[in-house]
Amino acid sequence: MAYPTTLKYTKDHEWTLVNGNKATIGITAFAKDQLGDVVYLELPEVGATVTRGQPFGVVESTKAVSELFAPVTGKVTKVNQALVDAPEGVNDDPHEKGWMVEIELSQPAEIADLLSAQQYEELIAT
Amino acid sequence: MALRTPLYDAHLAASARMVEFAGFDMPVQYQGVLEEHAAVREGVGIFDVSHMGELTIEGPRALETANRLSTNDLTKCADGQAQYGALCNEQGNVIDDIIVYRFSAQRLFVCVNASGREKDFEWMKSHSLEGAKVSQRSDDWAQIAIQGPKAAALVDSLCQPKVLDLAYYHFREAAVAGIPGCIVARTGYTGEDGFEVFVPPEKARKLWDTLVLGGAVPCGLGARDSLRLEVAYRLYGNDMDEQHSPLEAGLGWIVKLDKPAGFIGSEALLAQKKQGLSRKLVGFKMTGRGIARQGYPALSGGARVGEVTSGTMSPLLKESIGLAYLPTALSKEGTAFDVEIRGKPIAAVVVKTPFIVKQASKT
Repeated sequence: MAYPTTLKYTKDHEWTLVNGNKATIGITAFAKDQLGDVVYLELPEVGATVTRGQPFGVVESTKAVSELFAPVTGKVTKVNQALVDAPEGVNDDPHEKGWMVEIELSQPAEIADLLSAQQYEELIAT
Repeated sequence: MALRTPLYDAHLAASARMVEFAGFDMPVQYQGVLEEHAAVREGVGIFDVSHMGELTIEGPRALETANRLSTNDLTKCADGQAQYGALCNEQGNVIDDIIVYRFSAQRLFVCVNASGREKDFEWMKSHSLEGAKVSQRSDDWAQIAIQGPKAAALVDSLCQPKVLDLAYYHFREAAVAGIPGCIVARTGYTGEDGFEVFVPPEKARKLWDTLVLGGAVPCGLGARDSLRLEVAYRLYGNDMDEQHSPLEAGLGWIVKLDKPAGFIGSEALLAQKKQGLSRKLVGFKMTGRGIARQGYPALSGGARVGEVTSGTMSPLLKESIGLAYLPTALSKEGTAFDVEIRGKPIAAVVVKTPFIVKQASKT
């Protein structure tokens, strides 16, 4: 599939939508396909601090448990509670309805290190 | 390299995700576990279970030998009937769980777990009586499970002679989809009505494709596990093993301690029963948020008291369910305990099993 060029990606299969000093985060369609049907989600509270490369939550499919790794450092400003209550949203629409948290960037320079859609597609093709 | 079943190419053609299971490359899912789970609960799904092993016990003392090996009582099993049982070691712990198909007192066919193909064969061979021959037949058979409320009609439509009259845990030799020499048994591992068909390996693909054309949905090991767990069927290697007895595993109904000649492990089990069980396999639901997984510690008052052996999010109940070994004192329904999930104690409660009540029931 073609990955949206509006998003930035990580090698851990998270996507990031940057908007000013805020970043919205979710997992990619590739990650979802690898996991299988998502049935459970554990996300941080609003106000929590997340650190680039560190786990900030957990996503579970019927068979597998997988940690979510923060693409950027900052403070959680929004949590998609509707998704926590109905995690199958990740299966249906990982790149939009499947958004997980919004983060206020404390290290905006980190954005430059994220992958473009093209780079990500190359990564998962190998 | 992992072994392949005769249906390996069919799985690849259907874009299955393959995983290694008990030494075999097996499909874990095709379209998705939830969709496949629902297909079996509402319609008809098919599973490649060719990784499972087959053995035969034949000869004048075949029945006597089988009855020494199985915890259940095969003298109570009629010709044409199948019986669930366990192989135990001298300590009374479980070597494998098995289904024995009684063709006659001189000919019994045994289906064992994939992990038991060699182990069970060696065990049974070395413990057979003179006048009984145990043979390895695992490569002579493929096996397809057809499960769900629409399974019986589909299988029956392909069978000659018909099989709809077969009662639960009964079997018949029949031609299926024009393939002669199949064994058709009304058994399964999902809690639904259905059949398991043993088919010659070179014809397995023909049967599989015919079933798919008939509307059956291919299902992988993922759905097989969530389906069996909803009805609390035990999985060998998870819920019981050579460290646990069938009594502890809640399989007392297949342990016939009153068989006159006893069976291997019966003395140990009798002693265990007399003494009282120190631990039991229980069903539980998470009352806090989280999914319990195999190997997670069970806690009471902050101390480790047991272990989760199986756990998942029930696709039907949308609740987090599982099986765990707990001390007998904590095994009563309604008892609260904790499951340690990623270092944190999360609340759980012992509940009655099966978690859902389905048509198929134990014999």
